[in-house]
Amino acid sequence: MTDKEHDLIDQPLQDLNNDGIDRRGFLKCMAWAGTGLLWTLHGGVPAAQAFSSDTARAAKKGGDFSFVQISDSHMGFNKSANPDVVATLRAAIDKINSLAAPPDFLLHTGDISHLSKPEQFDTVDQVLRGASAKDIFLVPGEHDVLDDSGKSYLERYGKNTQGAGWYSFEKKGVHFMGLVNVMNLKSGGLGSLGGEQLEWIEKDVKHLSSSTPIVVFAHIPLWSVYPEWGWGTDDSAQALGYLKKFGSVTVLNGHIHQIMQKVEGNVTFHSAMSTAFPQPQPGKADSPGPMKVPAEQLGSLLGITDVDYVRGHHSLAVVDSTLA
Amino acid sequence: MNKKRLGLASLALPAMIAMLLIMPVEASAGAGEDKTGAAPAEVKIDNFSFGPQTLTVPVGTTVTWTNRDDIPHTIVSTNGVFKSKVRDTGESFSYTFTKAGTYTYFCSVHPKMTGKIVVQ
Repeated sequence: MTDKEHDLIDQPLQDLNNDGIDRRGFLKCMAWAGTGLLWTLHGGVPAAQAFSSDTARAAKKGGDFSFVQISDSHMGFNKSANPDVVATLRAAIDKINSLAAPPDFLLHTGDISHLSKPEQFDTVDQVLRGASAKDIFLVPGEHDVLDDSGKSYLERYGKNTQGAGWYSFEKKGVHFMGLVNVMNLKSGGLGSLGGEQLEWIEKDVKHLSSSTPIVVFAHIPLWSVYPEWGWGTDDSAQALGYLKKFGSVTVLNGHIHQIMQKVEGNVTFHSAMSTAFPQPQPGKADSPGPMKVPAEQLGSLLGITDVDYVRGHHSLAVVDSTLA
Repeated sequence: MNKKRLGLASLALPAMIAMLLIMPVEASAGAGEDKTGAAPAEVKIDNFSFGPQTLTVPVGTTVTWTNRDDIPHTIVSTNGVFKSKVRDTGESFSYTFTKAGTYTYFCSVHPKMTGKIVVQ
């Protein structure tokens, strides 16, 4: 394996090192073999197992469902880190369509476009139409709200949302919350949810029973990954405070173009790969810009995230897989 | 003695002095696009940073930011004085500072990127 693959696999997983399983070794083997890694959360204790098609089929029994998260398609980007982001987005859709258990819907965690241009949103819409799953839920990234305070994004995706585009919905008893943390960013600051959205979050979950599984999805990580590079959200602690009562909270983010995972009590934080280009690990480069790798390695640093809900466990299994 | 030559000489000197008084003003007004005579100044955007991060210029300077990064950025003052459209690689934004003061700004897309123009 190349150094780049080593680096990607050696993700900070310190929170999970107490159960006797050597995760670094396990992750390396799994990624090398090209299979996915299935993380399940049972009563707050994460456990890893090899992802096989049997596991996927088992997850689809009545009441269960799965969905796929994609992120950071950056439609319109054309620099050397990836001159053809349409091709890699199509490869991600092909990957989705070849999953043993077809997902019920897709989540896109933002930076759909690269420059908020209508034709860029159009192209993504077109490519996504090729996915087996026809329902798609999105949230904007900072690249989707340039110049016009998110007007073009909202015109296209703002139906049934509030404020800058936040909303919630239910799927088989699981409560999903799409949040927007890329608007009104302050000089020197990180991502921001803002007072209006925080009030909405509090109200939205107030009357839900604590056994309701919660899935939160937003573009910028809602935990502090690397503040020096803006990889965090200034007011996420307040939002997470409103979710403290729930036994299972899964937070899905994008923005950093690499897999990172952290478990804190009942909350599992997970960030996805991009379908467009990779970015360096925290502190391993001057800046968080597009990371150029040899062409034959690009596919191994881009990917999708499959999430399975297995009823009765009130937990979600998160499986990342690369495009190549 | 040539009376005619003496007459011409006596006109030439005042004329020369008058021209010397006029010329410097016209010369500076004609030099470049900046009517006040301040040289243009540059800030390069690269690697998610503004370089130089603090730039000191005289009143009347036009500062031009050029994006040399492979990601788009914006240049937005923190107190509403100027605000660029998004600038992709190779694109520029200019602003002429007509008042002295300290102007802090940032990239509204990547707010950790900050800079300052000091106008004296």
